[in-house]
Amino acid sequence: MTATDPRRVVEAVWRIESARIIAGLARIVHDVGLAEELAQDTFVIALEQWPVTGVPDHPGSWLMATAKHRAIDLVRRQRTYQKKLEEIGRAAPDADEPDLAAELDDYIGDDLLRLIFTTCHPVLSTESRVGLTLRLLGGLSTDEIARAYLVPESAVGQRITRAKRRLTERRVPIELPPPAEAAERLASVLEVVYLIFNEGYAATAGDDWMRPTLCDEALRLGRLLATLAPREPEVHGLVALMELQASRIAARTAPDGAPILLQDQDRRRWDRLLIRRGLAALDRAEGTFGPYALQASIAACHARATRAEETDWQRIAALYTVLAHVSPSPVVDLNRAVAVGNAHGPARGLEIVDALVLPNYPLVPAVRGDLLARLGRTAEARHEFERAAGMTRNTRERDLFEARAAALE
Amino acid sequence: MRYLILLKAAQPASPPPAELMDAIMQLGAEATAAGALLDTAGLAPSAAGARVGLFGGKLSVTDGPFAEAKETISYALYEVRTKEEAVEWASRFLKLHRDLWDGWEGEADVLKVFGPEDFGSPA
Repeated sequence: MTATDPRRVVEAVWRIESARIIAGLARIVHDVGLAEELAQDTFVIALEQWPVTGVPDHPGSWLMATAKHRAIDLVRRQRTYQKKLEEIGRAAPDADEPDLAAELDDYIGDDLLRLIFTTCHPVLSTESRVGLTLRLLGGLSTDEIARAYLVPESAVGQRITRAKRRLTERRVPIELPPPAEAAERLASVLEVVYLIFNEGYAATAGDDWMRPTLCDEALRLGRLLATLAPREPEVHGLVALMELQASRIAARTAPDGAPILLQDQDRRRWDRLLIRRGLAALDRAEGTFGPYALQASIAACHARATRAEETDWQRIAALYTVLAHVSPSPVVDLNRAVAVGNAHGPARGLEIVDALVLPNYPLVPAVRGDLLARLGRTAEARHEFERAAGMTRNTRERDLFEARAAALE
Repeated sequence: MRYLILLKAAQPASPPPAELMDAIMQLGAEATAAGALLDTAGLAPSAAGARVGLFGGKLSVTDGPFAEAKETISYALYEVRTKEEAVEWASRFLKLHRDLWDGWEGEADVLKVFGPEDFGSPA
């Protein structure tokens, strides 16, 4: 099979160009669903023509030009139709006609940014934002999204269709958010990207190969955002966090699929390139205290320690204290307890855990058990690990807790 | 998945045209913005390097230049979803040479970097 098979070239070009094409079309037709249909029509044309005419020299430009011609034709037809309606007095006159040629010259970068703010719009449910973003910005097919999320393809298809319809019904403009909403809207975009990343990152062995690629998709979206919105420190914070977490992927599961805790990982298997990229992204967020930048700073403390014993727990504990102020949550406090336990002794960590209200969360007794064991309170520690094993629904985790309990006999 | 793209060509008699360098930077910026290009750099002629060999149990160090007709001119590391995507980026790179540097000839090897996807799911 030759790599210049037109079908395979079309698919590769679609992967690279579809988001930009859909974004450009959305500006012309003011509707993401219609933009996606037009983009797909264009790819069908390419699939029909290229095997006959040969692959054009600049396939991306060809697709973009063809797609835009179709979009402009469509808009003109709609306007002609509307004019005719006006002539027979059934429709309100349209506002002044926008200059299509000028629209074509606009920056593609802004188009992509407008598109991602639209797919992550608050009128959509979180699930819909995730699905629509993966579909329109990531260029993933419904089938690929379904496999990544372990749900039926029909469910994903319906979710995306509903999301597109809702954007149309609610007349959500495809635009950058007004200044008053900018911070909240950006937070929604970052949340969607990080949710996609975590869905892939949380996936354990034995799953469909699509799941780990969600990490790659999220990283790609994050890197794109960092180019489109370079002055937003939290964008760089999120990219740094994802690059640093992704650097550990190869080291965090044993050959049999069992999870390996951070302190037990073979750090030689960490991806140095991703660490370097993560630290560089963090530099760009330096001195800011957004939740992503703070979490990235914590991840960077681990990344900088070539051996677990070299971890700067004092700094991590301090960063968790700041994070607990910026973005308070019991899970952050639990992590703070671990960091304080390592930095200032298990008794101080235990004080924090004991103040926590986080019922039925197996990591609470697990952390408590660990701190108690280090204080020499063996019987209590064993009891806590047994409780943790009883709470978790993850068999790998249960094995881990039962082993800890057994070791304290 | 990651692909390493190595550009190979005969050492040119003159430096590359400024327009080509400009277009290469532009393509690099696009690929970086797309989240695909992770790392890239040009490579000095092998005369500036050396080769370390192990044959018959003996280490040898030979200063460049190497005897091959072609030099490795640059490398680029891409994170993409399919091999075809890496091939597409390499094709775009070579098309710039075709359009902006008369008579230039060379080739880009598109090499897959082993990743988690190559080792299958653990049992």
